[in-house]
Amino acid sequence: MTEVLAMPARPHRPAWRRSPLTVAGLALIVLLALIAVSAPLIAPADPLKQVLSTRLEPPSAEHWLGTDQLGRDVLSRMIYGARISLLIGTVVVGLAASLGTFVGLVAGYAGGWLDEVLMRLTDVFFAFPALILAMAISSALGPSLTNAMIAIAVVSWPVYARLVRAQVLSLREREYVEAARSLGASAGRIVWGHILPNTLAPLLVQASFDMGSAILSAAGLSFIGFGTQPPTAEWGVMISEGRNYIATQAWLSLFPGLAILFTVAAFNLIGDGLRDAFDPRLRGTG
Amino acid sequence: MTLLSYLLRRLVGFAAVLIGVSIITFGLSHLVPTDPAIVALGDHATDEQIDAFREKYGLNKPVPEQYWIYVTNLIQGDLGISLRTRRPVAADLHDFFPATFELSLTALVLSILIGIPAGVVSATARNRLPDHVVRLLSLIGGSVPIFWLGLILIGFFYGRLGWLPGGARIDKFIPPPPMVTGLFTVDSLLAGNYKAFWSSVHHLLLPALALGYFSTAIIARMMRSSMLEVLPQMYVLAARAKGLRQGKVVWRHAARNALIPAVTTIGVTFGSLLSGAVLTETIFSWPGLGRYATSSAINLDFPAVMGVTLLAALVYTATNLIVDVGYHWLDPRIRHD
Repeated sequence: MTEVLAMPARPHRPAWRRSPLTVAGLALIVLLALIAVSAPLIAPADPLKQVLSTRLEPPSAEHWLGTDQLGRDVLSRMIYGARISLLIGTVVVGLAASLGTFVGLVAGYAGGWLDEVLMRLTDVFFAFPALILAMAISSALGPSLTNAMIAIAVVSWPVYARLVRAQVLSLREREYVEAARSLGASAGRIVWGHILPNTLAPLLVQASFDMGSAILSAAGLSFIGFGTQPPTAEWGVMISEGRNYIATQAWLSLFPGLAILFTVAAFNLIGDGLRDAFDPRLRGTG
Repeated sequence: MTLLSYLLRRLVGFAAVLIGVSIITFGLSHLVPTDPAIVALGDHATDEQIDAFREKYGLNKPVPEQYWIYVTNLIQGDLGISLRTRRPVAADLHDFFPATFELSLTALVLSILIGIPAGVVSATARNRLPDHVVRLLSLIGGSVPIFWLGLILIGFFYGRLGWLPGGARIDKFIPPPPMVTGLFTVDSLLAGNYKAFWSSVHHLLLPALALGYFSTAIIARMMRSSMLEVLPQMYVLAARAKGLRQGKVVWRHAARNALIPAVTTIGVTFGSLLSGAVLTETIFSWPGLGRYATSSAINLDFPAVMGVTLLAALVYTATNLIVDVGYHWLDPRIRHD
């Protein structure tokens, strides 16, 4: 006789919600997105408005995070900077993930020489240290925010291609794919309708980590002059503009740096949480 | 697969990647919307000079032929002439590489010396205070902008406390040691010049700490996760059961095996060190390849930028090859696969 064990009822709670750090990361990103969206409403001043009479003022009741060398309000510039950082993360990850996923799907499903060629192509892109190639691309195209985003996307897509290809290779032999094939489904329908949805979990994890690294890379490019250009309120630009005052007016660089640190850490925490949720074997090992 | 056949297969792959790398750098230098001959020779160059330049670098030939000339020149070590320094790019790279190598190597050694014990301690004290501290520091290390960290270190240790220098490779009143390896620390020791040695070490500390923090964090995380997989294994239990001390069990039995996957991570982090060097060298006025690349890119000196990109890709790919072969050799499970 088969014994049926009664399992105690337990309210279902997704794994990522059981980690307070992941929740904290998510809350921070939601807050940042709200700040970015409502920047014109909440910024106390115009981020580009120069008031030379109040230049280099330390944090005070009037200017919570002080003013910069041109008398601009640091808090307002930080608030507007959040828009650019989130935009960079979203655009770069969107471009890189779309291109990488397409390449990975084609390589994994088609196999043969096409797979070989596409994978060697990813090897070539992996051969470059990312920031050096991004700097070369950005300087060839001309330094600007758009070109910096293109450059970072160009160095970021191969990881998605490899990830998706590995998923496709294991998924394409599954029974439900075989079933779809025997029912006469076209290759496009199988890939789009049956394989792609099952690659989304690892893609989401990678995308969370990449949001952070895209923001870091873009800030780095802006810092050395190959990304967003002054006077735009961008965190990397702000750190660069404050570097000559680091020993005396540290707040100019300190606050935008902390903003980058917290934002990237939040995305990394979300990535950790999602990875643990999708692969419980890894829980707590990261 | 035997080590030899594996090595041969990897070498063929290495050559294929290098061909791809050369195609990308060649393609990138053709993206620049300016005439390289005029950029190289300046506005006052005569038509004959421009024609001669185009002839030498094949700029008047079809693109595939231009690529062939480019590769032939590369193989002969001719990376073109830097538009800024007016010297062969290969000679510039030769001069600037040791500074970057010394900085990256110091950062890597620091990362290994700090990251591995931190990962081991974190895993053995799982969910206790040391683990929380290591995980928090690793999270910060993986998220902090390297150029900002460098600035904060300069502001504090140089600007406020005056304990450490804020830039350059050696004190300006101390002559650099005679060049043997190009690494100031090694060359000053070889010359028996301890004053130069201490000055070089002092100058290395802040940039190496800033550069190495990211890789320290990655290595610590990897080591922790690897240790957590190894610690519950039967052979660790057996070591405990026969009464070995905790330290011996952890370090001699668990950590040694957990190190194997960490070796791969160490190889991969070398790439991040090269990328990071671009930012660190800019902040610390470190006369290496990163600063050379940045100044060259600002001045649209494309032969120089492509030279650095190519060299970085070569070093990175070669490092990964060495690490993979080492891994293959170290781990018998892979060797006999």
